[in-house]
Amino acid sequence: MKRPDSKLNETEVKENGDAGGHLSVFTNVHTAAGSPEKRLLSAFKKDTNPGKAYLAGREYYSEDGKTFELRLVRRIKQQLSADPTTRPEYPSPLGLTEFTRRATEVALGKSSRAIVEERVLGVQTPGFTAAVRLGAELLRNWYDHCAAWCGPVYLSSPCDDSLAGIFQAAGIQDIREYYYWDDQQRGVCLDKLLEDLEKAPERSVVVLSASAHYPTGADLSHNQWAVITELIMRRRLFPFLLLPPQALCYGNVEREAWPVQYCASQGMELLCAQSFSHCFGLYGEAVGHLLCVLKQNSLLLSVQSQAATIVKSLWAQPSAGGANIVATVLSNPAHVVEWKEEVKHIVERCMLIRELLRERLRLLGAPGCWDRLTQQSGLYCNTGLNEDQVEFLSQRRHVYLLPSGCLNVSAINGRNLDYIAESIHRALTTSL
Amino acid sequence: MLLRVPAAYRTDDCLPWVLPVVKKVEKLIVEDSSLNHEYLPILGLPEFRSASSKVALGDDCSAIKDNRVGGVQALGGTGALRIGAEFLRRWYNGVNNTATPVYVSAPTWENHNSVFADAGFKDIRPYHYWDAANRGLDLAGLLDDLEKAPEHSIFVLHACAHNPTGTDPTQEEWKKISEIMKRRNLFVFFDSAYQGFASGSLDKDAWAIRYFVSEGFELFVAQSFSKNFGLYNERVGNLTIVAQDGENLTRILSQMEKIVRTTWSNPPSQGARIVSKTLNCPELFAEWKGNVKTMADRVLLMRDQLKGKLQALNTPGTWEHITQQIGMFSFTGLNPKQVEFMIKERHVYLMASGRINMCGLTSSNIDYVAQSIHDAVTKVQ
Repeated sequence: MKRPDSKLNETEVKENGDAGGHLSVFTNVHTAAGSPEKRLLSAFKKDTNPGKAYLAGREYYSEDGKTFELRLVRRIKQQLSADPTTRPEYPSPLGLTEFTRRATEVALGKSSRAIVEERVLGVQTPGFTAAVRLGAELLRNWYDHCAAWCGPVYLSSPCDDSLAGIFQAAGIQDIREYYYWDDQQRGVCLDKLLEDLEKAPERSVVVLSASAHYPTGADLSHNQWAVITELIMRRRLFPFLLLPPQALCYGNVEREAWPVQYCASQGMELLCAQSFSHCFGLYGEAVGHLLCVLKQNSLLLSVQSQAATIVKSLWAQPSAGGANIVATVLSNPAHVVEWKEEVKHIVERCMLIRELLRERLRLLGAPGCWDRLTQQSGLYCNTGLNEDQVEFLSQRRHVYLLPSGCLNVSAINGRNLDYIAESIHRALTTSL
Repeated sequence: MLLRVPAAYRTDDCLPWVLPVVKKVEKLIVEDSSLNHEYLPILGLPEFRSASSKVALGDDCSAIKDNRVGGVQALGGTGALRIGAEFLRRWYNGVNNTATPVYVSAPTWENHNSVFADAGFKDIRPYHYWDAANRGLDLAGLLDDLEKAPEHSIFVLHACAHNPTGTDPTQEEWKKISEIMKRRNLFVFFDSAYQGFASGSLDKDAWAIRYFVSEGFELFVAQSFSKNFGLYNERVGNLTIVAQDGENLTRILSQMEKIVRTTWSNPPSQGARIVSKTLNCPELFAEWKGNVKTMADRVLLMRDQLKGKLQALNTPGTWEHITQQIGMFSFTGLNPKQVEFMIKERHVYLMASGRINMCGLTSSNIDYVAQSIHDAVTKVQ
């Protein structure tokens, strides 16, 4: 290690610290392969074609192609910033009480027996991923008291590709898939799903999307839920439900939380990771929630203390801003009405785009049946395009879909609808 | 009366304080209709990361000019420590080497242990720091631990305003520490939660960090803006990485991103925007420095007055350490029995270690507190 040349002054630090002459301690670090999403976004950014369209984003885009703030949220932000009584203090590690209370109600319904019997724990987390991470850590710590449980965890095929990594980061290495999306049926294949879960070892965790499945947009029907939960209870599996874009499917908060409420009503123990990013337009604010429904009230305190311990060394406390906004809205009936109205517009626009896209494709004579576009709802849909066709779209038409052939419908608007429909048609009809 | 308030600043009325510059910037942000509302990138707001690293390392830091400094926005100082620890466990001193010793000061902020343990490190050890007999730094013990530590051990150093003792090495002492660490290939991980808050000067409080960087160390700095911005509730932190060169930095950041992606994925924007806007605008930056100095000055005043009153009361013992120590906390030197007396008989609440939060002192309670300390020392052995 070379020493700096000139003498060091007592009060000033020499500014030509020389790091050369020895091997970095991080020589062994190799570049992480970026996630598929990141590579896709990177390719899109480098694309200079003026007609390019990115349909693989996570946020809801309005007609002008940008994410936007709900009017109500904007007003509340202004109110909160002008509030002279807010004090900067560390929030509790488990988050704002009013927020967790409302978030819990929104998932379970106000009159849920589980809430009344005080066997529900709600923890505010900095976003959806953090909620899943906390749930994974809790499971690993608590599921099996005698020996550290380490899986397996079953994820749907396909699923959000960051899920496996989250469980692994929590120390659970045994990650498996269960059959979900069927290309032929263009929907969920229940039989194969049940077959896979039937084989799962007892105490396996099954991650299920309560609504707006990412990335396919294909959700389970009430009947399918009944059959699946029966299997879960019989085989003693543990359900971990995901509810990220609540209210964006049907514009109906309760309807989308139905699976959570149903499972709870069956007396099941469950975890549910929620996000309020989409339904409040608060993407940048990392507002998440982990719901734990326990079998007995006597377990509540120990789970709570376990959660607090885990949180303490991960992020210590969640951030207050976004949770404050959500709590302010949800605890005021007038605000709730206004919020639901704005969300309804989002949902209706998504439905409209689906209809328009279906029509365009039909008119172009694009092969395949496109009814499923309007049978499913929410932000995402599966076009049924295969990998080659998806690549054709990005390389030749500058239209970027997720590798699975799924796309975010809100990124389609009046300006690019025709071009996108035409592109999909070409991808399907050009021999590749 | 609480001298054990959570590690947060209090005004002379014993209330939390929203920094005037923060209030101003919050308003600007709320009214800015050009802001996009998307998820932040996984590594955080770019302008926040660069401004944060700059405030720690200094405007004319050559490492920054050499493009070998990067930042990862994190959920407070805790988040920054955790991400750094997770990275080190995976990639430092081999691959996934959980046996690398991690040294934390004795005593230290209690969460240091949990963060590194939960990141997977199996061997977390104390290094000598506080000399209770002399109420100061146990330099000999510290240096000895550095000499004896296995090569490549990780040392968590407090950049300034050591928590909980308030006792920092002098510049000469830091140089000695640096010399040994360099010679023995020990890894430097600074915890910087009080920059500006300790002495009132950002540069002075960052001296140790900047010295180590100028000595060519590759190092991490976990920064927190909770105290010096009063943004406790927005969880604003940054992990500054000083790498050997730009290429190393790129690889490191790519792995950091992978780690963040499985922890919180996209960090919250509100706090980062406030800090970024403030640090990147000369007028707001100057205003912020003024606000920080206000907080630091109040604490320095309380230290001065407490010492003065104890001396005026002829309280046995020396009380120089009250003004020699720096930052939010002070190790009074009261023993557990004396602490119990303070709590039970005088209703002055402090930690069993004798640590008080100087921010809990105000012009209205300082006489009472000084008298209580006097009584504790004279009545209880």
